[in-house]
Amino acid sequence: MELIGERINGMFTDIKEAILNKDAGPIQYWAKRQEEKGAHWLDINTGPTVSPEEQPAVMAWLVQTAQAASVLPCCLDSTSPAAIEAGLKVHRGQALINSTSAEQNKMDVYFPMAVQYGARLIGLAMNEAGVPKDASARAALAMELVVNADMHGLPMEDLYIDPLVLPANVAQDHGPEVIEAIRQIKLLASPSPKTTIGLSNVSQRCYDRRLLNRTYMVMCITAGLDSAIVDTDDDLLVDAAAATEILLNRSIYCDAYLKTFRQR
Amino acid sequence: MAVAIVKERWTGQVAEMTIGLEPKTLKVGGESTLPFLPFEGACPNQPVVGLEVWDMEPEDWPDILKAPYGDALADPATWARKCVDFGADLVCLRLISAHPDQKDTSPEEAAATARAVAEAVDVPLVILGCGSEEKDAALLAAVAEALAGKNALIGCATPNNYKTITASCMVHGHSVIASSPLDINLAKQLNILINEMNLPLNRIAIDPLVGPLGYGLEYAYSIMERARIGALTGDKMLAMPVVCLIGSETWKTKEAKTEDNQEWGEQARRSVLWESLTAVSFVQAGGSILILRHPESLKQCKNHIAAMTRAKE
Repeated sequence: MELIGERINGMFTDIKEAILNKDAGPIQYWAKRQEEKGAHWLDINTGPTVSPEEQPAVMAWLVQTAQAASVLPCCLDSTSPAAIEAGLKVHRGQALINSTSAEQNKMDVYFPMAVQYGARLIGLAMNEAGVPKDASARAALAMELVVNADMHGLPMEDLYIDPLVLPANVAQDHGPEVIEAIRQIKLLASPSPKTTIGLSNVSQRCYDRRLLNRTYMVMCITAGLDSAIVDTDDDLLVDAAAATEILLNRSIYCDAYLKTFRQR
Repeated sequence: MAVAIVKERWTGQVAEMTIGLEPKTLKVGGESTLPFLPFEGACPNQPVVGLEVWDMEPEDWPDILKAPYGDALADPATWARKCVDFGADLVCLRLISAHPDQKDTSPEEAAATARAVAEAVDVPLVILGCGSEEKDAALLAAVAEALAGKNALIGCATPNNYKTITASCMVHGHSVIASSPLDINLAKQLNILINEMNLPLNRIAIDPLVGPLGYGLEYAYSIMERARIGALTGDKMLAMPVVCLIGSETWKTKEAKTEDNQEWGEQARRSVLWESLTAVSFVQAGGSILILRHPESLKQCKNHIAAMTRAKE
């Protein structure tokens, strides 16, 4: 189970100010801290206050600053292809592009970019019409992503499909559909594409967010979830991921399983 | 009709360990696939086979086991040289006399024996304690110091005595054998504890406690197989070479100790067969360092390894 640490995002005040002041401190603090807490990837998002013209330079600066402090690869989180590419150019190792949707014009940009830079790619199971409810409709959109991966020569295991979970209070009927969609997505090709979700979305404006996040994560892992964008400071969440790997016989048990899961 | 060979794609590999000193260093481990599948991954090092030497003359070894060594059994250094003559890749010195139930030899005396053996041969050394956890802590610390800089493989560390033994190995430049009683979870945990003391992962070898044919061989085999697959799927805490202490187990069996009889045939052939079959089974399970007793078993085991390695050409 791969954890994508969500903290280096310009929507957080400390990151926003670090970007404004070109202060490496907070970026490197969170890069190191998320690594220690068990992240496999660092999500890097310039946030809502950086203008489109400035995003590429800011993305590049964030990637270089984070990777100076951590061995982890980055998940480049932006709606701007220019910003993503700027991040890819300076990235050490294999990056993860976050993300394309299943709209053809977007796929036509991001699949070739992923192949060109040897990166992995998150694909959202949505298009111009939005996010469908039905598991099979989500799987059908996922199939579009799978077909494009095949067409462009992106290895199937480098495609991470996100069936897009919605909040449990206002879109409660989506919860089980997403779980079923994950199961179906894993069957779309052999080798399977990977799957991912933005876990915090399931608990937006709900009571006891952390309880909902970690419970839903465990349910999804059992259905075939390979990764999630998470708050790695949530120790119980990371512990639950570690426990799930043991309980599904994916990692050999030892008493220190909570520690070894976090080691890189 | 061409047959496509199905290859696994492994993401991990076994750590590579170097024991001994130039020019007679041995490398073990480093595999990135299951045993003897060089078309699928790296098999950089063959398993190595050693013979066991005691620091006192063994009284209850069967005659057919004593016979090849003769008078050498009375002197560990001579005995060690004889092992090398027989073709052993390394010598395993077992300090059995230090056991409180044997002669309770002092750590200093045992260390002197270890030094004498180290001076007699230039092949790498495995040094085993007497089997009493408490005595072994002091014993192996003294031996590690006496053999400082010789890059030996010292064992066996258990959860009760690993701290002293690991500290001594770190200071004096040796590797450690981490021993667990047929329990893969304990094996993994012990490796973690030893590594937490900052001994690098490639200076830890696993002793899973091997059983002879008929006495638990398949249990140890399945543990070694799981550990190897764990290593190949990225589990660094099980990605260590495995040491199989075979001779000490097979020569305890009634199949080895019973003299010639009608039903079971000749003891000489039977006992060597028992040791050899156990050994090659563990070679197949991924064992990297095999410690035997009879020179004929050594020969059979080495022939097998050579044949398995040659088969790829």
